[in-house]
Amino acid sequence: MREPAIITEGLDHFFGEGEARKQAIFDVNLKIEHGKLTILMGPSGSGKTTLLTLMGCLRHVEHGSVRLLGHELHGAQEAEMVHLRRKLGFIFQAHNLHESLTATQNVMMGLQVHGRGNADKQIRAAHHMLGLVGLSDRLDYLPANLSGGQKQRVAVARALASNPDVIFADEPTAALDKVSGRNVVDMLKAMGRERGTTTVMVTHDNRILELADRIITLEEGRVVRDETA
Amino acid sequence: MSKLLERLLRRLPVGWLQLTHSRARFAAAVAGVAFANLLVFMQLGIMGAMGTATLAPYNFLDADIMISAEDGNTLTDGSNVARARLFQALAVAGVERGAPLFVGILEFKLPDGTNSTLQAFATDVGDRAFLSAEIAGQFAQLTQENTALIDTETRGVAPEVFEELKAGQPFAFEINGQTLTAIGTLELGGGFSADGTLFVSDQTFLRFFGKRISGAPNHILLKVADGVSPQVVVERLRDILPEGSVQVNTLDDYKAADLAYQSLERPTGIIFGFGVLIGIIVGIVIVYQVLSTDVADHLKEYATFKAMGYQHSFFLGIVLEEATILAIFGFIPGFIVSMGLYAGLSTVTSLPVNMDVARVFMVFFGTLAACALSGAIATRRLAAADPADLF
Repeated sequence: MREPAIITEGLDHFFGEGEARKQAIFDVNLKIEHGKLTILMGPSGSGKTTLLTLMGCLRHVEHGSVRLLGHELHGAQEAEMVHLRRKLGFIFQAHNLHESLTATQNVMMGLQVHGRGNADKQIRAAHHMLGLVGLSDRLDYLPANLSGGQKQRVAVARALASNPDVIFADEPTAALDKVSGRNVVDMLKAMGRERGTTTVMVTHDNRILELADRIITLEEGRVVRDETA
Repeated sequence: MSKLLERLLRRLPVGWLQLTHSRARFAAAVAGVAFANLLVFMQLGIMGAMGTATLAPYNFLDADIMISAEDGNTLTDGSNVARARLFQALAVAGVERGAPLFVGILEFKLPDGTNSTLQAFATDVGDRAFLSAEIAGQFAQLTQENTALIDTETRGVAPEVFEELKAGQPFAFEINGQTLTAIGTLELGGGFSADGTLFVSDQTFLRFFGKRISGAPNHILLKVADGVSPQVVVERLRDILPEGSVQVNTLDDYKAADLAYQSLERPTGIIFGFGVLIGIIVGIVIVYQVLSTDVADHLKEYATFKAMGYQHSFFLGIVLEEATILAIFGFIPGFIVSMGLYAGLSTVTSLPVNMDVARVFMVFFGTLAACALSGAIATRRLAAADPADLF
């Protein structure tokens, strides 16, 4: 039987040193299956983002265990974590697009991390992804010339361009209108169905809760509710 | 340019796109590197001129060995040498002939009333074997009393004077209350210690330097017999001449030592060398500042790339790409402006300030290396790009 995409066992996390040391995550035990859209909810400071970064190889696991796509992250070397990140897609609340690169070039950066390959193919793939998020008419625009929602859609296209195995998203629909936000989540759902892409999303957007396969609620670093649709 | 770089790098030219995103900042950075290049080129140009000017008088001498005072470091300084050393040397096996060389500075009054200095060289007018072919032919005329060959590059003298002189019209001028008449020319170029150069007979020299005597020249020039190694004769001479009184060197060794002394021990050489160092440091600081600021301005983007799985070598590549672009774009205007300033400086000072290919390559590759070093230092700031901070 296939191992879940993400498994956490006895996961704790602390910030700071000495007297300033503060625990942010308490004994989190989760199994997140392939192809599912999981939403993390909870008030500000509840540990959602910390949990997301621990599962997404962006922070070292120091206490407990996180297994991501079959790889143990506790004690993992930086090189292994960098390699694993190439199988992941990240959508940040702030778009974090490169201001000097056009929409197409920003999406190409999501492809070139896997190898230098054929530039024409990468351009076609980038154009295809931008078309899927409704930006066919903004291919050569710099971020400065795009609206907030358009930038966020470029960031989504960049994260999805390389067909990642797991997508970690932090409020991906916050800057989008209702239709665009719904389209993005529909795309994530479709990738889950068709390719088995797993999505873990932090959101406060009630409009998309109905699309989730599972909703996990955290409070003060602990899982207080775990509901499966 | 972007397409060319994309083909060369086989990835998006992120460094180029970043640098050129802000045209004003890019122009300022290129101007900074060009300025550093200009500084280095000018200092090297003046150092090169000093070297050329130092060695130029040697080109008019044709000797294998030179005996000089123990305290002499250059062709123009040091105590005198007893002429008796010439006779001792002539008795050494392998020495074929010898001649004394007198050197001194003369001050002469220009037609406009200002004073100028001339470096005077003199030797036995009857023995032209120690002079280069360029002046040996004219040297016979110097048997006439108070006549000289004068450098056509002498500062302060109108070019028409030399044109008339070449056409056969002698140029008479006053030195120390006596008249000296230039009856021939040589082309040597201005130096740092005098405005021009004269070649005279030993008798004329002694008339203008009343306190000098024929028994105490500045140097003794020697020629060795055919097939004899000058170095072997140098060793023989060192064995017989009194230690601590004179030094014996091949002319080539003395030239090299003179050049090293001028470059490394005299204040002028040290100052110009220091100027080169300052230029290099200015260049490194400017490029470091540009690249470091660029890295700091793009930390969020770099953190995003890290989250996507890009390795440190990728970021190093971007910064080195930027460093190389700055080096090339800064070098070109720096080189062009330097060429103009070399020409201007050469015209104004008569110093042989010339651009040579070796210097162009040295400065170009030095610029690349300095920019790469700055880039490598600037990448240390990349450690601050933590992808976990993006959420």
